[in-house]
Amino acid sequence: MKVTLKVFRFNAETDYLPHYDTIEMEVDEKDVVLDVLNRIKWEHDGSFTYRRSCRHGICGSCAIKVNGRSTLACKERMVDMIELFGEELRLEPLSKKRAIKDMVIDKADFWQKYEKVIPWLVAEIDEHPQMENIIPPEEAEKLEEADYCIQCGCCYYACPVIEVNEDYLGPAAFEKAFRFTADVRDHAKKERLEIVDTLGQGVWDCVKCFECTEACPKEIDPFGKITKLHLQIFEEGVAKDNVATRHAVGFKKSIKKYGLLDEGMLVAYSEGLAVFKHIPEAFEMWKKGKIVMPWNMPKSKNLDEIKKLIDIASTAKF
Amino acid sequence: MSKLKYALYTGCTARESTPELLKSTLAVAKKLDIEIVLLDEASCCGASHLQDFDDFLSLVLNARNICYAEKLDLPMITICNTCQLNTAMTKERLDSNPELKARVNEKLEEVGLVYKGSVSVRHFLYALIEDYGLENIKKKVVKPLSQFNIAPFYGCHNIRPSELHHKMNQTKESPYVPTSLDELIEALEGNSVDYEHKNKCCGFHVDLQAPKTSNVLTGNAIVDAFDNDADFMVTPCPLCHLNLDVKQKAALKTVNREAKLPVLHLPQMIGLALGCTPDELGIRHNVTEVDFV
Repeated sequence: MKVTLKVFRFNAETDYLPHYDTIEMEVDEKDVVLDVLNRIKWEHDGSFTYRRSCRHGICGSCAIKVNGRSTLACKERMVDMIELFGEELRLEPLSKKRAIKDMVIDKADFWQKYEKVIPWLVAEIDEHPQMENIIPPEEAEKLEEADYCIQCGCCYYACPVIEVNEDYLGPAAFEKAFRFTADVRDHAKKERLEIVDTLGQGVWDCVKCFECTEACPKEIDPFGKITKLHLQIFEEGVAKDNVATRHAVGFKKSIKKYGLLDEGMLVAYSEGLAVFKHIPEAFEMWKKGKIVMPWNMPKSKNLDEIKKLIDIASTAKF
Repeated sequence: MSKLKYALYTGCTARESTPELLKSTLAVAKKLDIEIVLLDEASCCGASHLQDFDDFLSLVLNARNICYAEKLDLPMITICNTCQLNTAMTKERLDSNPELKARVNEKLEEVGLVYKGSVSVRHFLYALIEDYGLENIKKKVVKPLSQFNIAPFYGCHNIRPSELHHKMNQTKESPYVPTSLDELIEALEGNSVDYEHKNKCCGFHVDLQAPKTSNVLTGNAIVDAFDNDADFMVTPCPLCHLNLDVKQKAALKTVNREAKLPVLHLPQMIGLALGCTPDELGIRHNVTEVDFV
């Protein structure tokens, strides 16, 4: 198979703008993306720069983007990339704006945010134990493979929120927070949950796009962990009374009343007094027949069933 | 082809802030001679927010919704990506976990229902493509959309997580190179616009707590479609539609760009090509003026 590669080239020390090199190459079905990166350096241009180390999907060094998709280069087969994107492939660093040289980026933002969730076990450990501290399998399973994360950055640099909100901790840090909040040995669960509950940086700013889950080469499902953190925030009584928590809780209130969501009530309940900022938008909607007045609010048929189920199946309190 | 019949889970938005979505869905079904039974008993799916507060309750409520399609023994269709996600996610979790299913059924039995897992749950888009077929839709086109450049906006919850959607929507749609809407546009003889943001997020789910994030994501998508010469955008998700259409002015202001781009719901676009009237498609409800019909 012949591929045409468009390779991102940039040297922060000498270049003002990046450019793309076009390289044609034969690939066979055994090749992974890392083989192609190696060949670019060994056969085309020795100055081409990228990170690599283990070649076994463990060190997390070689993540790049292929046609905009986060990819762990040592794990991704070229044939799969060709099947997905065709024979012209764009090789770029995980974040173009953080490029230092070619595929190498400055990952400082990733690590700084990672550090914020206290990414280590907080526990009083007996330094001279008489016997092994055994964790039963059912306790270990609660981590849901969160400990498989290799910090490659695939999820983090696929997340659209980090491009907009520089305070947002992002999926890798959340995934790491969950790795310890789910750990039976850990003593800093609440402290960590307070960090990820904070508006602006925490899980409430997640847009629920699933880009992280789609990108993760270890199939850890960071989005699933974000959902679990939301639930733990309520379970542990960490949730603050604010627009985001009321937004989640408001669904239950509305469903109990109408079966359906009362959109107007949800916004009013979530926002409190700040609901006034939505008035211009609401007026536009009202003019177009998009606002249902309270007296016309539709209700689900058999509403009594829904009310009963909410009474008998609720598991959370706020 | 035997007559297609579905149980339609409308979701809340189609009955409130996007009445045009329900109206146009029914108009298109009528034109295509597809029989629709409305699931009036269904409740809200929780929109992936109830799921952050009370996971078990959300499973019970979504399972109850599916029960009503099962009672009719009809495949369920959805017209909202987020309804599709939450309903499909519930189905997948219950079908793959007998213990969880039993716990949910224990509650449902209290109201005389039982979740079996016997019907499919698909978005209308995929039901149309897979069951009705693009070729057959093409035959029904009376007003080809050939003069329009149409920018498809897929919406996250119909394409990601891909594993769930491949299974539930019975499609091979790639979340990185989605093609279903593009192919549908071509079948209606429109020109589909290729642009980077077509499979990106509109930010709807943080509208309240992080309006800047949401406005930037929505604004970037509109600007990208606009800069690629789109005449209008089309989306299968009413939540994306609320952001792209209702919040268009605010979003464009946030990204500091001037533009105006009508946004149609999926069935509004199909209905145009099938010869439905603007009234049948509820065009008067669209906030960003649809000036070409």
